[in-house]
Amino acid sequence: MALAKRIIPCLDVDNGRVVKGVKFENIRDAGDPVEVARLYDEQGADEITFLDITASVDGRDTTLHTVERMASQVFIPLTVGGGVRTVQDIRNLLNAGADKVSINTAAVFTPEFVGEAAARFGSQCIVVAIDAKCVSAPGETPRWEIFTHGGRKPTGLDAVMWAQKMEELGAGEILLTSMDQDGVKSGYDLGVTRAISDAIHIPVIASGGVGNLQHLADGVLQGHADAVLAASIFHFGEYTIPEAKAFMAAQGIVMR
Amino acid sequence: MQTVAVIDYGMGNLHSVSKALERVGAGRVLVTSDAQVIREADRVVFPGVGAIRDCMAEIKRLGFDSLVREVSQDRPFLGICVGMQALMERSEENGGVDCIGLFPGQVRYFGKDLVEDGAPLKVPHMGWNLIEHSIDHPLWHDIPSDGRFYFVHSFYIDAANARQVAGRGHYGVDFAAALADGSRFAVQFHPEKSHTHGLQLLQNFAAWDGRW
Repeated sequence: MALAKRIIPCLDVDNGRVVKGVKFENIRDAGDPVEVARLYDEQGADEITFLDITASVDGRDTTLHTVERMASQVFIPLTVGGGVRTVQDIRNLLNAGADKVSINTAAVFTPEFVGEAAARFGSQCIVVAIDAKCVSAPGETPRWEIFTHGGRKPTGLDAVMWAQKMEELGAGEILLTSMDQDGVKSGYDLGVTRAISDAIHIPVIASGGVGNLQHLADGVLQGHADAVLAASIFHFGEYTIPEAKAFMAAQGIVMR
Repeated sequence: MQTVAVIDYGMGNLHSVSKALERVGAGRVLVTSDAQVIREADRVVFPGVGAIRDCMAEIKRLGFDSLVREVSQDRPFLGICVGMQALMERSEENGGVDCIGLFPGQVRYFGKDLVEDGAPLKVPHMGWNLIEHSIDHPLWHDIPSDGRFYFVHSFYIDAANARQVAGRGHYGVDFAAALADGSRFAVQFHPEKSHTHGLQLLQNFAAWDGRW
């Protein structure tokens, strides 16, 4: 077994600064995403995901400059998401040095955009972000729905069927965030992770809810995810990337 | 100072590869679609991402198929990812596309039903995988056999001439991860995204005299 499972630290960036707080030791300007990404790169992260949560137009320009700086110094794959709505948005990000872009809300409202983007730039750089929430009552067959607006607005779309549709349209990868678990630190929603991972042929990144290293391992072993994404456990220095890799490798997971 | 031309035919992200070349001190890096600049460069890099039909259409429209044939025979030349696939005879992608034909062999689809030991494999082949050196080549200098490199592709190289395979990869099937022929070298993975080993390979390329 050769292909390694990936560990992906995620940076939430607003106006060129990492938010959600980052408290590395030995790093003076903790809020500079380029500095943070460099540290993860040195530690052996397998990819970096950069989520742009900026609302303003000026902020978007700042983002492009930040991506450009990051891509000049970090030589592992870089995915950028947040506010990607047009072919021009994608072109700008790829030209700035992003390797993949993540499409979220725009995919829900105009699914054809995913097809257009994949045809234009290739599936390999189109990640579709799915925010899913469990909508079945306890005891019922589990069912998950797509939510938008940070988990506040239901769409009525079944998460598993939606992921299959995104694959058909040409998505190269799914970034699956469980809205029930995000920030709760009680682990990924392994049910939806496994349901989607087993239902599609493209890689799935598990996201949302990691509180310890066992959660990362469970995402792969029980959720069947191809990659695991986490933010706070790494940002706050609770665990380093090498610790996470050693822990997962000890459970028989192939790591780089 | 030596010059390295990165051929720009309008497809995909050239920023990463040019920045990585600059990082390893490869010389003056020129991202260009100017045939004259490419002809005068000391080394040439031929990258590519996206769908082969669009890539080949642009390559042919710009006359880069004959240019690539010409400049790759007398100086170090490195094809990357779709830039490698474009050097083969033909690709199965997009219903079948004729490519430049510098290396004998086909580009094939991994398929939706790819399995390993009975377990299904995801396609694209995305992530860090092992490369076993098949030959001792200057571009492998200081890189261990079975080192990991970053891949992202759904089509793989089925090389017709086994003697040209410089590195082997495996993902459900065996495939050529690197090809070598004289001053030409081509890789399926992304050295510019493969951290220490990838940067080492680019540094080796920058120092290579093109002989093998």
